[in-house]
Formats: sequence, structure tokens, C-alpha cells
Amino acid sequence: MPFIPHTETDIREMLAVIGAPNTDALFSEIPAELRCKGLKQVPPGLAEMDVSRLMRARAATDGTLINFCGAGAYEHHIPAAVWEITTRGEFYSAYTPYQAEASQGTLQLLYEYQTMMCALTGMEVSNASMYDGASALAESLLMAVRANAVNASGKVLLPQALHPYYREVVQAVTHAQGLRMTPVPYDVHSGTTAVEAYSQFYGIAPTAVVIAQPNFFGRLEDVDAITDWAHAQGALVVALVNPVSLALLKPPGEWGAKGADICVGDGQPLGAPLSSGGPYFGFLTAKQALVRQMPGRIIGRTVDLDGRPGYALTLQAREQHIRRSKATSNICTNQGLLVTAATIHMSLLGADGLERVAAHSMHNTAALITALTAIKGVEAVFSGSGFHEAVLRLPKAVAPVLEALAAQNILGGFDLSRHFPELGHALLVCATETRSADDIAAYAAALRAALA
Amino acid sequence: MSLAPDPIKRALNGGAPAAAEPLIFEVSRPGRRAVAQSPLATVAVALPAALKRKTPAALPQVSELQAVRHFTRLSQLNFSIDTHFYPLGSCTMKYNPRACNTLAMLPQFLGRHPLAPESHSQGFLACMYELQEILKDVTGMAGVSLTPMAGAQGEFAGVAMIRAYHQARKDEARTEILVPDAAHGTNPATATMLGMKVREIPTDAQGDVDVEALKAVVGPQTAGIMLTNPSTLGVFERNIKLIAQIVHEAGGLLYYDGANLNAILGEVRPGDMGFDVIHMNLHKTFSTPHGGGGPGAGAVGVSERLRPFMPIPVVGKAGDAYKWLDERDLPQSIGRLSTFMGNAGVLLRAYIYARLLGREGMHRVAEFATLNANYLQTRLRERGFDLAFPTRRASHEFIVTLKRQKQAIDLTATDIAKRLLDYGFHAPTVYFPLLVPECLLIEPTETEDKETLDSFVEALCAIWEEAKQDIAFVKGAPYTMPVRRLDDVRAARQLNLRYQPG
Ligand SMILES: Cc1ncc(COP(=O)(O)O)c(C=O)c1O
Repeated sequence: MPFIPHTETDIREMLAVIGAPNTDALFSEIPAELRCKGLKQVPPGLAEMDVSRLMRARAATDGTLINFCGAGAYEHHIPAAVWEITTRGEFYSAYTPYQAEASQGTLQLLYEYQTMMCALTGMEVSNASMYDGASALAESLLMAVRANAVNASGKVLLPQALHPYYREVVQAVTHAQGLRMTPVPYDVHSGTTAVEAYSQFYGIAPTAVVIAQPNFFGRLEDVDAITDWAHAQGALVVALVNPVSLALLKPPGEWGAKGADICVGDGQPLGAPLSSGGPYFGFLTAKQALVRQMPGRIIGRTVDLDGRPGYALTLQAREQHIRRSKATSNICTNQGLLVTAATIHMSLLGADGLERVAAHSMHNTAALITALTAIKGVEAVFSGSGFHEAVLRLPKAVAPVLEALAAQNILGGFDLSRHFPELGHALLVCATETRSADDIAAYAAALRAALA
Repeated sequence: MSLAPDPIKRALNGGAPAAAEPLIFEVSRPGRRAVAQSPLATVAVALPAALKRKTPAALPQVSELQAVRHFTRLSQLNFSIDTHFYPLGSCTMKYNPRACNTLAMLPQFLGRHPLAPESHSQGFLACMYELQEILKDVTGMAGVSLTPMAGAQGEFAGVAMIRAYHQARKDEARTEILVPDAAHGTNPATATMLGMKVREIPTDAQGDVDVEALKAVVGPQTAGIMLTNPSTLGVFERNIKLIAQIVHEAGGLLYYDGANLNAILGEVRPGDMGFDVIHMNLHKTFSTPHGGGGPGAGAVGVSERLRPFMPIPVVGKAGDAYKWLDERDLPQSIGRLSTFMGNAGVLLRAYIYARLLGREGMHRVAEFATLNANYLQTRLRERGFDLAFPTRRASHEFIVTLKRQKQAIDLTATDIAKRLLDYGFHAPTVYFPLLVPECLLIEPTETEDKETLDSFVEALCAIWEEAKQDIAFVKGAPYTMPVRRLDDVRAARQLNLRYQPG
């Protein structure tokens, strides 16, 4: 019996202790008419070897495309040590660290993680993770509503140059609590969201103003001016950032005169493989004054009976298991193992290594744009500074071109025409540090052929 | 209270505590770096001065060996399933088969971008589609969406669907969610996130929902009820059919919190009990790892009438080809809850586990989880421990209450939990559910052998004996962990949430 250690003797002895004739009798409190008559869709069990054969065949069917797609999930080099250590049983098969004394490894690691995320984002406090970047953004807005005593309208200024799926998640998670999103348009030439685009909403007293840096198109926003304007309106500023970009870009804690109030994003670029979209993790950091409104687990350093330092879950009075219907969030299980990977990843790269990754990614994307815009009819949609993604316009519909590229083993990017029809046949592309000059040349050759 | 432990007792129970590990920031030195882990060349990039970072982030500066040693040592400070018996009630800490990890981490699965075209995703999508079908079968539901990223997000999806269903019928006065007082905290917290009012239903002395109290509160304002069955009290809700009838007749829907699905897998199906919507904690019943806090996966199953509202994306099949279904296919969907499709890698592990178990293996999970729990319950009762519900069968878990020990010798659930660590056992869940005083919620799971259960009984008896002799000694536990009992009050009062040098 897979994973069940009981021998016939064990079963007999255990039933005798219980005083039951057979295991079926243990279910005697369940009304007989409810008992399952047998499963139909579940296939018979397989040995590990057979499942292995099946999964390897399935994996081979999908193959591996040369990846030029970002759009919220970025392929970066992950040091070999990261997942070797992360999948050690002591990390992999532990539960949430409720028994602190038997979980100091996880707890200390999380405290180190909180420290690193504060350093990277320039904020004062961090939680121990949210589900992903989109859900972290949604929760940060609910947090802003709780925290903003001045503007309690629940109105949020949300940029249009935002990942469309983030917008959908924000809508799904926050609408029942009465939050209302006001879209802030971007400039179709620069791809950025000018402070004037925000300030046209003067007087609506927003509870929160979201600034995405870089924005969904990879463009860089004038974060200082927008932050100062938002603060002048009594809004809390929520920064949505790519953590790798922060090796080069001004951290949200330093935006404008007072800094952003809450910073969120997807931690995937810090050591999580693409993995079909998950598991990743959301990070959420904030100013100290907002700590009691944060959702999720937070780890604190304290002392034991002998006065030695140790780590424990803290501020639990915010959480569902204590506060129930009045909790800051319903989140319980988070993305701990991904945080483990990220903490090891950040330790192995350091600020210098992350900066190299960020710079090489920018550099490769620039090289990609140069190579692709050399093709007749292909143009860069926006001018100005960007991080490691950019938008191209093709001379014809994007979807069939992407299909032709996939046939050449190339994942050509994310088709923007459905969510941003105003941009025409637009394609979002990305080349991280993992793309070689040969990869870029292969993309250019395949695109040239596809457009010919 | 700090009392020097008796050295003999201490030596008997495992020796000196493990040495503390410094913070990684304390071993960091300016200029040190794991050079091989980032591009070797430096490239200059142009950025406007106003947008640039001025000082590098204070991340660790360590060698590769230092990092590897530090995090390996940290791992060794943890209890885990792979190293210790972990009978944490409500959490289903069973063995996480290694094959599930190895195969979910095949390079093509790890390298697959979430926006890869369907033409290059058929292998992955086939796994997801089949997982949906397997989960439908074991729960008796008509549709499954895999996207919720943990139990609580599954609950969110479920209550959102209940809300959307009533709204679609213009039945908008239904704004109240009923939860038993024994419910997990995520149930009421979820209802609140969806703008619902929460009303608690009492439990009777036998651990069943108080049906008369339920009848008194259902009405045109009832959106639904959230139930766990077997309940968090470790007993099967015997009146489930009556409860379903009462709630349905009042126009409400039934939500099944699947945290305890391990108890009934292949034995009873929530759909057959009358539930309209359920979430499964795949990181419990389907044995995906808990990872020191996550990730989980909280797939939801729905009855026919809630199918149009499922969270997107869902995997569909047209002929032989698998494809994504989104808002164009499900226009009434409650929407998207994660950027892409939830915790795909966790879902792969659950799928592999399901294929390893197969049809027969599913039902054995419940059978042996129940056998182990009833055996442990009987053994503990024989040795004088009080059960919260002594006349009831255990499900896959059961509750011991230390109310009598607390009154007699001041031995609390915390004391037992901490001292168990010295005996090499992770503690059961303590102080949940809230309505049983000084409770230990014990869930052994089906993957534990009889010898382990027997030695756990002996450990509990030994601790009780120790407490009778010297309660102060037990209150000083643990003695053999990296730290002794931690000051939680100080952690909350003198907040220290990150390392600040100097
Ligand atoms: C009874 C019950 N319901 C719901 C949950 C929430 O699940 P999750 O932690 O995956 O969000 C849990 C687990 O912690 C639970 O035990």
C-alpha cells in the first residue's frame, strides 16, 4: 500500500485495542447511505517508475522554448545551491512555525528575509510573504483603506499601464469591500504615466495611489513627482516594483519627499523558476507606522528564558486565528518555501550580483530591440528610458506571428493587442541576462522569416 | 519562571541545545561575493540620475560556501516531517513523497513560461485537466478550478461564488454567512473580506452543530454556511443531511472547508453530503509540502449551479487538445485570483501523488488515517487522558483536553507541547478549536507506523508523570532545542522585525 506502513499484524493489534472488528467499523458514525460506492475517474495506482515515465513524456511534449517573454514572470539564472538547500526536508516538509523553539531555522531565515526586503525596497517593515504579486497588490489596497484615516473613500488611482491580470485580481479581491478603482491613463507616445494624468483627479480624495515602477511596458515613471502629488492629496502611496530592478532604481522608501507608504511586488525574479506561473511569492513592505495594518505573518526577534536571542511569529493579534472576522486578512498559509529560495538567492547574489543581473537584462533587451527593429516594419512603440522590457509594433497581427515563432522554438513575447488595442499590433518583449547573442540573432532571423 | 533544569533529566532527554547560528548579516564582509552566481562582465546602462539608486541595498556579502553552510545549518534547527513525528491537528502532516518533488521539477516544467502557447503546453495542461477530473471524482462535484493558492483563497473563491450566485438571481438580501463556533479562523475572516456578516452557530455537547440554534437563525438573509466535516473537533457531523436540508430550504448554500478531507477521502464525498462548493487543501490531503508556511493550493469544486462562477483560468478540452478557459468562456466568473493560474508547481505535485495512490490508494488514506487516530485515542484514554468527546469515534484526528491536569497541577497544553519537543516529537495543535479548554488536537496521519504512535503515548505519559513530580521543570521546557521558551510578549511589545547593525 503506497506510503502506508501497516502490516497485517499491526492492523489486527490496533483494531483489537480499539475494539473494532474491522476498519470499516471506524466509519460507523457516517450515515450508510452517504458512503462512497467507489471512485470512477481516478485511474489505478502506478509505481514510481511508471509515473516517472509518464511525467517525463509529458514534459518532453512541451519542450523548452527560448524565452523572450516577461509580462510578470522573468527567467533569471538561479544558483544551483538555491533549490538544493530549499528542498532539504527540514525546510520543505515543515509547517508554519507555530512551535517557535522547533522552527528556529525557518523563523531566523524569515527574519533575514524581512531584513533583506526592507533593504531592497527602502522600507521599515516587511511581512513574511503574500501569495503572489497581484494578490499582494490587492491586499495592499485593503491595508491602505484600514490605515488611511484621512481619506477613507476607498477610491484608488490605478495606472492603466499595469499588468492586466493584476488589475483583474485587484478587482476580484477588493470589490466586495467597496473599493473603487479609477484608471489613470498613460501617454501613448512615451508609454509613461505623467503626474498630470494623476493630477486630473484632483479633489477626489483617493485613499491610495498606485505607482508601478517599471510599469507594465517596462517604462520608468517620474515616481518622485507622483508620490509628492499623492501625499498632498492625503493618499497613501503604494509602490508596485520588480525586485531585481531595485538593484539599479531608487527604492520606494526614497520616492519623493516622504517615500512610498507600502511597497509590493512579485518575488519571482528572486530565485523562483517560471514554473507555469507558480508557486511565486508576493512581498509586502511598509512604513513602521502601518505595521499593525499589515496582512500575513510577521517574525520578530525576542529572547528566551535564558535571555538568548530567538525568533517567533509576532503581532498575531492581527491574524485570522486570533481575530477571526476582524482580522486584517484571511491569509493563513503563505508562500514560505519560495521565500526560503529568495533569501538564499539574495544571499548568493548580493547587491552587486543583483545589479549585474539587472544591468545585463537591460542591456540584452536593448540589444534585442536593436536587432528586431532592424527588420522592416518593426518599430519600438515608446521612446525614453526603460528597464528590461519593451513594446514593439509589428506590421501585422501578433498572434499568428507568435505561432510561427513558437514553431521555431521561440517564445516571442506577450501579445498586447487584446488588453491594449489602442497600441495596434503590439508585442511586449523581454531579454534577461539569460539570453545570449545567439538567442537574439535566432529571434531576429525567425521574426524576419515570419514577417516575410 | 526560570528554573535550572536537572542535568540528569536533561541528559536523559537528548543532551545540550544546538548551538545558535549567527545572522547571515553578521558573517557578511564588505567586498566578499559569490562571484560565479552573476554575469562576470560588467555592463554600463544609462538611467536618468533622478531614478537611480544611490546606495547599494544592504544585502549580505558572503561566499558561496558561507551561504550554503549558513542555510544548511538553519535547516537543521527545524523539526519537519522528514525528521520528526509531527501530529499537528488540522494540518495533515503526512509524508510528502520525494517523487512528487523530483518529477514536478523536471526542467521543462520549471522552464515553462505561464504565457507559453497552448501548442507547447499540452503535457502540462493534460496533467492539470486530469487533476481536475480526479478532484471532481473524489469530491463528487461537477466542476473544479485549480487556481486558488491556499485554503483561505479557496474559501474566498467559494464565498465569492455563493455571493455571485445570489446576486445573479437578484437575491441580494443574502448577506449573512453562518459558521460554527468551532470553525477555523479563516472561515469568518474570509466572509468578512467578501463584505458578508458573520454569525456563529453553537456546537452541542457531543460535538455536532446545534441544529435547533441553526433553525432559529436561517432565513432570507442567509447566503450560506461554512462547515468542515469531519469538523475541527475531530468528529463526523452526523446531522449533515438535515443541516443541508435546513440551509437549502432557507435558500442558502453549503460551503465545505476541505481541510479535513483526508478523513473521508474515497469514503464519503462532499457532493453527496449536499455541499454546493468546497475547497481542498492539496497541501494537506494531496501531500504537497508545507514548506515552512507554504505554498499551498486550494482548488475549489462546485456543484452544477455554481459552475458558471468558477475562478479563471480553468483547463478545458476540445477534441484531443487541452486549452485554457477564461472570461470569454465563463463570463459570469468571479474573476482571477492569481496572476497566472495559481501554484502550478504545487498542483503538479498533487497530480503525481494522485497517480501514485490511484483509486484504491485514495480510500486507504482515509482508512488508515482513521485507524491511526482511533488507536492513538484509545491508547491515551486507557492511560488516563481525557478525551473532549469520549463517546465519539475519532475521525482522522481527535482532541485531548488537559482541563483536569490544569486544575490539579497547573499542567497546560503549552507545557505539554513544549516538553514534547524535548522528547523528539513535534507538538499537536494547541488551543484550537477555541471552545475546548487546554486542548491538544492530535492528527497522526496514515503514514505513521504503530511503533511511532506507541512511543508518542509513552512520551505523553512520561511528561504527565514529570509534571506531577516537578511542574516547574516541565514549565521550563524545552531544554534541548536551539532556544528555550521564547518571550512572545516581548516580541510584540518591543518590535524588532529586521536586523539593524550597531
Ligand atoms: C480547518 C481549516 N480551514 C482552513 C484552513 C486554511 O487553509 P490555508 O492555511 O491553506 O489557507 C486550515 C489550515 O490552516 C484549516 O485547518
